[in-house]
Amino acid sequence: METLEHILAAHPFCSGLAPERLRLLYGCARNCRFDAGQCLHRACEGADKFFLIRHGRVALEIAEPGGTPFMFATLEEGEIVFAGEPMSPCSWLFDARAIEPTQAISIDTACLRGKCERDYRLGYEMMSRFLPILAKRLHAARLQLLDVYGKR
Amino acid sequence: MGNANVTADAPGPGQTPQRYDVVRRQREFANTVTLALKPHAGVRPTFTPGQFNMLYAFGVGEAAVSVSGDPADANTFIHTIRDVGAVSGALARLAVGASVGVRGPFGRGWPMQAAIGTDVLIIAGGLGLAPLRPAILDIFAHRRRYGRVSILFGCRHPKEMLFCRELRRWSRRVNVDVQVTVDHADIGWHAHVGVVPTLIARVALDTRATTVFVCGPEVMMRFSINALQDRGLPARRIYLSMERNMKCAIGLCGHCQFASAFVCKDGPVMCYEKIADMLAVPEI
Repeated sequence: METLEHILAAHPFCSGLAPERLRLLYGCARNCRFDAGQCLHRACEGADKFFLIRHGRVALEIAEPGGTPFMFATLEEGEIVFAGEPMSPCSWLFDARAIEPTQAISIDTACLRGKCERDYRLGYEMMSRFLPILAKRLHAARLQLLDVYGKR
Repeated sequence: MGNANVTADAPGPGQTPQRYDVVRRQREFANTVTLALKPHAGVRPTFTPGQFNMLYAFGVGEAAVSVSGDPADANTFIHTIRDVGAVSGALARLAVGASVGVRGPFGRGWPMQAAIGTDVLIIAGGLGLAPLRPAILDIFAHRRRYGRVSILFGCRHPKEMLFCRELRRWSRRVNVDVQVTVDHADIGWHAHVGVVPTLIARVALDTRATTVFVCGPEVMMRFSINALQDRGLPARRIYLSMERNMKCAIGLCGHCQFASAFVCKDGPVMCYEKIADMLAVPEI
């Protein structure tokens, strides 16, 4: 039988994580499922968790009050939905909405933060996994900002 | 590789515009049309996917435009044109029945022969899909010659998706992987949102036997190359179609000089291995 621990270990974010640290992460994890159209979180809510996507597709959106939502990124299997500062208390700056039936693992950030403060090697592991993702998203955002596809 | 049909040493009919008639006009999206051009007399010359013609809007001027049609269609040249200036605007406004001058085809196209027996990965951004379309149609016409075929395409918004019906048709083929992304979308969009290079991580890639054709804005190509090299693809397997200001198309005027090369006759398709150093120099 596939346990949450096995599912967590199989996610690319946890690739190569030592078993003892995987168990620590597992203690903050739970399975979750979203129907198409259902929100994982809303902008301005406290970012008390992040999500490791197992299956499905999640759109990140920003909407002006009364305006049409503007979809600026999608995340898929193997990717992570997290606010800008995954290891600090903060708020979501955007909505995340499942655009397909989506299975994910949610990680309680307060729980993980406490463990990272007690075990700096776990904290280092987490940061070394988050930072390349942050850098890639920053580069992608810059490319989107450049609006490279030609004149409007 | 494609052939340089006309060189500075061999002046020929390529230097005199031939009269063609617009026989079909398809509006792709705002400011962008696809024109089918038929020679007023005789037959159209053959071309290699990736080559371009010089299109002359009478009384306005000439512009280099890649051929975007099927190499197997012997009757017409297909060109996709975005209205971005005086000449391209005049060409984009041509109605069915109007005449246009055509010189070409010119330049070196995609390495169709070198790609035989390998997987092919096609990466297109925006109007960059137009010069790749002849290669895609040629690959489909000779599908057994190639291994896995993947097409990655990105544009600004779903409303600016070039050849959108064809992309849908291609994506239904069982022997090709088509992935499309947009920079941003409205709530009705259910596919990928993000820049094209982010799709490269998702595609099945045999780094030992894949030929990559890339065409789009230069900055998009540079980011795509980074993503390809992150996956271990060697520079010699990556081919780019370079965009430069081509005026004469035969390597005489120097407008498209790219270090020691001229894009019009040494390109527009160039192997990344040969131009990697030049691409990194802003002044070039």
